[in-house]
Amino acid sequence: MSRNVFRMILVLCFSFLMAGAVFAAPPVKIGALFSVSGPASFLGEPERNTAVMMVDEINKAGGIKGRKLELVVYDTQGDATKAVQAANKLIKDDKVVAIIGPSTTGDSMAVIPVVERAGIPMISCAAGIKITEPVNKWVFKTAQNDVLAVMKIYRHLQQQKIDKVAILTVSDGFGSSGREQLRLQAKEFDIKIISDETYGPKDTDMTVQLTKIRGNEAQAIICWGTNPGPAIVARNARQLGIKTPIYMSHGVSSKKFIELAGDGAEGIILPSGKVIVADQLPDSDPQKKNLMNYVRKYQERYKVEGDHFGGHAWDAIMLLKNAMEKGGFSPAAIRDQLEKTKKFSGIGGTFSFSPDDHAGLTSDAFVLVQVVNGDWKLIK
Amino acid sequence: MDNFQQLIQYVLSGLSNGAIYALIGFGFAIIYNATGIINFAQGEFVMLGGMLTIFFLTVFHLPLVPAVLLAVMISTIVGVVFERLAIRPLRNAKPLRLIIITIGASILIRGIAMLVWGKDTHALPAFSSNEPILIAGATMLPQHLWIFGVTVLIIIISRIFFNYTMMGKAMRACAYNAQAAGLVGISVKSMTLISFVISAAIGSMAGIIIAPLTMTSYDVGIMLGLKGFCAVIIGGMSTGFGTVLGGLVLGLLEALGAGFISASYKDAIAFIILLLILFFRPEGLFSKKETERF
Amino acid sequence: MTEKKRQIIVFLIFAAAALSAPFFLKDSYLITVLIFVGINTILAIGLNLLLGYAGQISLGHAAFFGLGAYISGILTTRFPLDPFLVMILAAFCAGALAFVIGFPILKLKGHYLAMATLGFGIIMYIVFNETVSVTGGPSGLSGIPYLSVGPLVFDNDWNNYYLVWISTLAVMLLAINLTQSRIGRALRAIHDSEVAARVMGVNARILKVQIFTVSAVISAFAGSLYAHVVTFIAPASFGFHFSVELLTMVVVGGLGSIYGSFLGAAILTMLPEFLRVFHDLDIIVYGLMLILMTMFMPGGLVSGIQMVTQYIAARKAKRKDEHAQA
Repeated sequence: MSRNVFRMILVLCFSFLMAGAVFAAPPVKIGALFSVSGPASFLGEPERNTAVMMVDEINKAGGIKGRKLELVVYDTQGDATKAVQAANKLIKDDKVVAIIGPSTTGDSMAVIPVVERAGIPMISCAAGIKITEPVNKWVFKTAQNDVLAVMKIYRHLQQQKIDKVAILTVSDGFGSSGREQLRLQAKEFDIKIISDETYGPKDTDMTVQLTKIRGNEAQAIICWGTNPGPAIVARNARQLGIKTPIYMSHGVSSKKFIELAGDGAEGIILPSGKVIVADQLPDSDPQKKNLMNYVRKYQERYKVEGDHFGGHAWDAIMLLKNAMEKGGFSPAAIRDQLEKTKKFSGIGGTFSFSPDDHAGLTSDAFVLVQVVNGDWKLIK
Repeated sequence: MDNFQQLIQYVLSGLSNGAIYALIGFGFAIIYNATGIINFAQGEFVMLGGMLTIFFLTVFHLPLVPAVLLAVMISTIVGVVFERLAIRPLRNAKPLRLIIITIGASILIRGIAMLVWGKDTHALPAFSSNEPILIAGATMLPQHLWIFGVTVLIIIISRIFFNYTMMGKAMRACAYNAQAAGLVGISVKSMTLISFVISAAIGSMAGIIIAPLTMTSYDVGIMLGLKGFCAVIIGGMSTGFGTVLGGLVLGLLEALGAGFISASYKDAIAFIILLLILFFRPEGLFSKKETERF
Repeated sequence: MTEKKRQIIVFLIFAAAALSAPFFLKDSYLITVLIFVGINTILAIGLNLLLGYAGQISLGHAAFFGLGAYISGILTTRFPLDPFLVMILAAFCAGALAFVIGFPILKLKGHYLAMATLGFGIIMYIVFNETVSVTGGPSGLSGIPYLSVGPLVFDNDWNNYYLVWISTLAVMLLAINLTQSRIGRALRAIHDSEVAARVMGVNARILKVQIFTVSAVISAFAGSLYAHVVTFIAPASFGFHFSVELLTMVVVGGLGSIYGSFLGAAILTMLPEFLRVFHDLDIIVYGLMLILMTMFMPGGLVSGIQMVTQYIAARKAKRKDEHAQA
């Protein structure tokens, strides 16, 4: 009896080995650096989830040119030291052909010298403009620049004939980069920033800053941050009875914000990736199909709503997939093909890379949305 | 909007935050006075209070009151377990080891909270209405009244407890001189335990009543804990009125500093005050009692 | 004399192992990890001098690390200055700051000292974070040049490894000498009983400030190295979290042991490697490690190793005895 079992196991093992030898070329390794824990986990977690989901999907569909993908994800915790360490591990130990991420601008800046030295293409999922300006041969990114978000808001303000604003930004990477752009572009749009306030990422009460703003003649308030700060700002503004229109950033474009801010969220306007209003888009929008697909699949798999942060990872993986299908699996070939990408419709927008543009998006990547009756409404 | 109204709003905001700091600082003072330990994990009780309440509300759909009671109870149990497992075995250790162990505990509790509840921020619904109250042109929320109310209530109860009950008096005796207290038959061990119980309960209570305003997540304990600590240092480590004044002063200075100087350095203001007090008046602003700090 | 000889031999073996490691590792990723182990070893030694020898806690040492990194980073990216000169300047600045705040801070004891240093660390972090026009703010400072000596540019792992490890060995040597000197003995006296030390004529106050200053200088030096090796710095690497990580290194490795500092730095730096499998668990492992080590092995791993070797030696001796009796 036991001998039979033994024999069976042996045969099974053998057949598996044979099968493996015949069918599977070794999988192609793709590295991923996301801040899955730490203060920027609101970026890293959906990004990791999305990347894992997409790679599974590609493999289920037979991989790329018959080869499966293998995703190696490391957590940077939003710390530059850990990001550099992990990037080195991906390149030297795991021998990946490309890296997606990191999630934050700081981590991306820290990793750039490493990928450049090794000659490995990287598609950052962070928004900072510094990442791709000046253009680095090996570095691309999928997150929309803050520049575009600010432009979208300022254009809307101009239409509303508003030229005096107060800005309230969080003092972390996201907020300070937004603040820089808000100040930089104000001149272009003839907008005066009459109050420039900040708050800390862990602050729990912003009534003081808002009181200060209430005291001057700002016609609109622009708050730049990620949850939970802006939700507190929205609630505090409601408490203080502030009636001036409030604009926020794409950093809060998820249902979580509306849930946290409650009644305070009503009427707030923000630029956002199209993903949260996918169903309201006209059918002619080239992104609509992908967006609807992504939203549905993410909801099915993770039981929470997909947001545009996860979308950055979706774009990165799909861009890589396209490049590999065209150019093969060597890092240099992937890079060259990435740069030739034209009119790729992703979650974050329609990408067209060129040798002088590794960000690849135009301002139509953002739409303006407003919170109406506790849900997002597309502003036409 | 005139300047006077603005000033009133600053003061009101400052006082509301100050009450929060005071309440958290209270927990520090109780443990310190009973054991001479500064519990770096105090902020985590605050976090546990808020997170547990939300957990019971959303997962078990309990009404608010039982959810709050359960949250306080479980936080208190965590306090007891912590005291039993980590503090009691090291009763006679040097401060260095005790500091490290409470830091370790705070990291551990935070880590477990992160694993269990995830990294999201949650908001607790307000206890009563959410409509702002107008006071001389400035506004506050009904929840602020809850905070002031609970703070006052806790001070009164602790006054009664420490001055008029046997157990409270015994705890005070331990604080003055643990050896002598032991000699007259007070169990120093159980006093330490009780101090952790009270402090965890107050800490979690603080976490619960502030959660509708400040929201809560697994990592809110660090900053709130530190601010509470600043409050208690300003107040001179007292378990009474000093700490409340300390908290209010801290809240006020922060609000005025943010309003008139710069909001970017709001947290720096708190810690500069902390350093100045430690350097020049380590017995606190409102305390005459000589304490062993040198 | 023999004790001293033994120490020299131990150090030489350690140095030889450290310097020959890259030949075995070749192009492996471990070289990068070891570079960070080296930097963290310098930091841990700096903190250990204060914590392990003088018995004074600091929860704000990341501030000095950051100060070194930022002074080096800012000056070398903005002005055509010699990076090594800037390094000395950075170390001097950190030392001067430590000296000035050392007097009031080290007057405090125990928990109060912990809180004061923690407050100092947070204030410095806020300064790094908020002075955007100088430090680049939260999104960091990039483009810091690599170090170079003549034609040799430290721009790859192999070069950086030697740069960092020669510095680390130098710091180790300095620390060993310092602890063996009269100062070292005086420090330990303060650790055991400050009053007794005072009675014996040790000027405890000055000595504590001095060792605080030395410790800050060493940390700032590590910061400068870090800035030039990574070429990018951001405030997140110099916050309260990292101060606690440093403390953990010292405690895990062994208070008052130079090699313990290396051990602690190595374990904590490599920990993420082992924990990658578990992902989010590392925060829990940190906490547990701190608690368990302080409870059961207050002397750190070094004392643990000593305990084990002594135990084995005792067992052997006992067996020999039994043998002889039989």
